[in-house]
Amino acid sequence: MMVTIQVIHSGFFTTVQGKGRFGYQKAGVSVGGAMDSFASRLANLLVGNDADEATLEITMNGPTLRFDTDALIAICGGSFRCTLNSEPVSMWKPLFVRKGDVLSIGACQSGYRAYVAFAGGLNVPPVMNSRSTYVQAGIGGFHGRALRSGDVLPLRAPVITIQEKPVRWGIAFSERNYINGKKKIVRVAEGPEYGMFTAQSQERFFASVYEVTTQSDRMGYRLQGQALERATNHEMISEAVTFGTIQVPASGQPIVLMADCQTTGGYPRIAQVISADLPILAQARPGDYIQFQKVSWQEAQRLYVEREQQMKKWKMIIQQKWREMDDAR
Amino acid sequence: MDYTMFPLSEWAVTIRFSTEVDEAVNEHVHRVTVFLEEQKKEGILDIVPTFSSVTVYYDPLVAGDYEEICKWLRTELKRVGHIKKAAARTVVIPVCYGGEFGPDLQEVARFHGISEEEVISIHSRESYRVYMIGFAPGFAYLGGLSPEIATPRRSTPRTHVPAGSVGIAGSQTGIYPLATPGGWQIIGRTPLALFRPHDPEPSLLRAGDIVQFRPITEEEYRMWDDGHNSSNT
Repeated sequence: MMVTIQVIHSGFFTTVQGKGRFGYQKAGVSVGGAMDSFASRLANLLVGNDADEATLEITMNGPTLRFDTDALIAICGGSFRCTLNSEPVSMWKPLFVRKGDVLSIGACQSGYRAYVAFAGGLNVPPVMNSRSTYVQAGIGGFHGRALRSGDVLPLRAPVITIQEKPVRWGIAFSERNYINGKKKIVRVAEGPEYGMFTAQSQERFFASVYEVTTQSDRMGYRLQGQALERATNHEMISEAVTFGTIQVPASGQPIVLMADCQTTGGYPRIAQVISADLPILAQARPGDYIQFQKVSWQEAQRLYVEREQQMKKWKMIIQQKWREMDDAR
Repeated sequence: MDYTMFPLSEWAVTIRFSTEVDEAVNEHVHRVTVFLEEQKKEGILDIVPTFSSVTVYYDPLVAGDYEEICKWLRTELKRVGHIKKAAARTVVIPVCYGGEFGPDLQEVARFHGISEEEVISIHSRESYRVYMIGFAPGFAYLGGLSPEIATPRRSTPRTHVPAGSVGIAGSQTGIYPLATPGGWQIIGRTPLALFRPHDPEPSLLRAGDIVQFRPITEEEYRMWDDGHNSSNT
């Protein structure tokens, strides 16, 4: 039997996102996937899924969903007002949902994006090895597009038994600090064309703050602040770019490329946001301020490995918690 | 061939052979790409050729850290020199020039003071090299447009350019794989689908290919069926 969720209201921009689509960049296909992979992966781990399982990515304003089945879900990410049958519910913890329940995810209080994971995962077909929605090409996720009111989302059967008792544990507050605050510190390593900029601009890039403009989306964040100048007029030819690459076009205003960015670009790349800090950017909204802080590539690499080890630790802790709950039954 | 290597991110390294567009360099880029793909090293996620560089995406926890990847690449790059050059594929792209499919053909002809037929004949006479795929799914950067028909972009971009539109922008020519806004001078349209999301190889064109345009009639265009449900919307 097919288990489903009814989309009563779609929210501002809700898409299915998971693991990126690697292997097709030479065909011009962008990698995509969850903007805040930290929140998306933790939501999956909380419900016993593989960390890369597809989740619903919510931006700014969330959807209202009616469950046609019992389910186990978790909502992680920016702080959204969430209710289940009009009763407030917490984020960052496993949540049992009954058949007929209505989950409503309202406006975003802090941060910008949240992820809903469903035990068993969303039953959407992978396209080019990924379930992530690639809106520009109209593929992946739910029919290659953002959700609309009236959609019926198919779920896979959950692997965890639904229990009567509510879950009394979740992800600690200290892990969600990256979401708060209007001014965000984002660490970067030197980009390939860092040396192309004047010494004054290199200094300015780290000393000043940049505002996230309204022309910011899953493809890139356009920032506004002190203009950056190049020391040479040498024209660049297009080379690969990736999630977190900071390009500087002729205007001198930096653009941070995000999950749905194009595969190649021709603007000088002043810096690269370190992987561990991409979730900070993903949670920045128009009007927020970004200050860049320089780290070495060695440090960036060390932080990457540290984050991955942290994820493994979370997985073990969560599995342990589920075992304790099962034992207590 | 000499090269430099640098990190693009904690999961990507770029090998750069030149900072110029050059056919011989580009040829080498594709040999390196094909060769590295053949090694099927565990943890390599993606290999992306551009005009004169190759970027290798990897999972640092599986394939090793930056230093290890560079060491592996340096060893492999020494072996590429001995590999025979693969024969380039020639891909013929049927194009219905002018009329409703090529609304700017007249403008391109007027700009150069030649007839529309001459524009078509020059455009379909040359062979074009696919230097790289990028910018959009299935979008090919082609080299080889004759200066006789090079034309500046439209002063006002169109809000909707249908998929398959063949255009000219400065000294470039190319095909829009998806319907997008765009400022290229549109001289025709192909019924072929450039982007085939459900195929094992989603881009009709590959870097290193040779492209030839073949004029077809409007009737041929409408009868065309390449089994990819090419969207002419």
